Amino acid sequence: MVLGSEEGKAMLHIVACIKQVPDTKIIKMNPRTNTMDRSSAPAILNPYDAHAVEEAVRLKQRYGGVVSVVTMGPPPAVKAIRKCVEIGADEGYLITDRAFAGADTLATSYALTKGIEKISEIRPVDLVICGKMTIDGDTGQVGPGIARRLDIPPLTNVNKVAEVNRDEGYVIVHRKLEDGYEVIKSTLPCLFSVEKEINEVPYSPLPNMLRAARYQPVIWAVNDLGEIDRTLLGLKGSPTIVAKVWPPEKPKGGERLEGTANEQVSQLMEILQEKKGLFRVKEEQV
Amino acid sequence: MNLDEYSGIWVFLEVKDGKIAPVCLELLGAGRQMADKRGVPLAGLLIGYGVAPLAESVIPYGADVVYLYDEEIFRDYRTESFMRAVLECVEKHKPEIILYGATSTGKDLASAVATDLQTGLTADTTMLDVNAENGLLEASRPAFGGNIMATILCKKHRPQMATVRPKVMKALPPDPNRTGQIVRETINLREEDIRTKVLEIVRETKEKVRLDEADVIVAGGKGLGSKDAFELIHRFAEKIGATVGASRDAVEAGWIDHQHQVGQTGVTVTPKIYFAIGISGAIQHIVGMQNAGLIIAINKDPQAPIFQSSHYGIVGDAFEIVPMLMEAFQKMPDKEVQYGGKI
Repeated sequence: MVLGSEEGKAMLHIVACIKQVPDTKIIKMNPRTNTMDRSSAPAILNPYDAHAVEEAVRLKQRYGGVVSVVTMGPPPAVKAIRKCVEIGADEGYLITDRAFAGADTLATSYALTKGIEKISEIRPVDLVICGKMTIDGDTGQVGPGIARRLDIPPLTNVNKVAEVNRDEGYVIVHRKLEDGYEVIKSTLPCLFSVEKEINEVPYSPLPNMLRAARYQPVIWAVNDLGEIDRTLLGLKGSPTIVAKVWPPEKPKGGERLEGTANEQVSQLMEILQEKKGLFRVKEEQV
Repeated sequence: MNLDEYSGIWVFLEVKDGKIAPVCLELLGAGRQMADKRGVPLAGLLIGYGVAPLAESVIPYGADVVYLYDEEIFRDYRTESFMRAVLECVEKHKPEIILYGATSTGKDLASAVATDLQTGLTADTTMLDVNAENGLLEASRPAFGGNIMATILCKKHRPQMATVRPKVMKALPPDPNRTGQIVRETINLREEDIRTKVLEIVRETKEKVRLDEADVIVAGGKGLGSKDAFELIHRFAEKIGATVGASRDAVEAGWIDHQHQVGQTGVTVTPKIYFAIGISGAIQHIVGMQNAGLIIAINKDPQAPIFQSSHYGIVGDAFEIVPMLMEAFQKMPDKEVQYGGKI
């Protein structure tokens, strides 16, 4: 891929990777087949990706530049790209092809990498930003996968971008840790996966909304992506398979305590007393 | 790829605060069972600087071998340097399975390694098994926001990899008589080869909420009605030495900070006791707390789904029940129950 560009010639070019997902908050299950009724859930822009796009737009406002978004998905995913235009993205690219169907995280990172490489031929790419994870896949594995394939440093769990210095070719960011954060310096180009707390996505300004309503993204099929190894795409290119799905087990307990409030509270206290052995805090460390 | 060349089960040993992270000891417990089932050795992979003394410490927890990289370039965790060590070690010893804790570091490292090895990686696994004959790792995890569970297989690539959630597997009681071997590995890696540098590590231990490590959690939801009313949760939690949790609704209403949020877009918790107070019990919340040892729900609405997911339920007004509970805890004989260590 064409990474970075001749000095002083172009502006910062940031590509945000996004996905349209079913809103898992309201998706319904078919109780007979234990499958998801996808038609029951509206398709939305993955909420974590909104933060990725917002961060790209903020960096553009800070340093000047262009924000592109890329997604792999079926044709209706155009809607998710329009949402990104509302947030402030300049350009959108949809890569869509039946050959992509059934992709796991490895095959997805390959397809998106091919898309980013193609975008970089139009305008060299300095920075790739992904959301922390998607709400339907819940893995967070695609971002680092893209970085490895592009051979650029993956910076995950980014919750603050302190500096992007395109001329000198470095960035300084904060990476969230379980008990704090680390300040890390990386060469540019690189890839961030951002935490949702990195920013708040404000209501979109009217001009963006107007532009988004009419926006038509660039649409590419596999054949448009240049040299590509089809065996690495979709189901064929996915080392993992889903062998079985089943509804999660519900705790069987579900016992309602009966009686007056007083009685219920004393029953509960008895239960807690009874189980105290189970819950005793023990000191165990290596 | 000749799958038969790959043998043995590995656990990536993450070092946290100068110790082996607890989740890795849990993975050694799960890995030991799988290794016995397969009749193969269980190995730990330890990467760091000054970590050699820790290598011996995991033998009692079930490891037969520890591959040790102890070099200055591994002083800080960095994806690129650690990944290089894992890749080299895999190339050399060819394990059939590698398990990582589903921590920030474990997930970051495993994602990068899987891409370079072009192999399958299952994220946030909560159930593990291995087929004794064909060696297939059966890694199961919640999917689609916890609406379903899915078992993932990786049939044609090795090593098979998974990140595993903390606190779902069990560490073995340490056996000081166990013996094992420490294998020192070296790597030809220079600082110039690594494109990232850790400038500073800032620990925010004081104010930081460690829901994931809490033994008792008192969580409040929308049913409490207002920010002022949410104070009840803080008071109850303080009384019994618990950590405060919250549903997404309560967080979005601005009653409490996001770091207290339990659930899919918050923290996954596994306390010994979980009080869900005024929480209706959306699936996104349930997936974040369903592995708690004892779940107690208090809700006005007898139809609230939280009652399906709790062990014991009280239908009633939190503002009546909780103060009574606090009083009952107050009357408890001292030190008879030590939940959060405070009661």
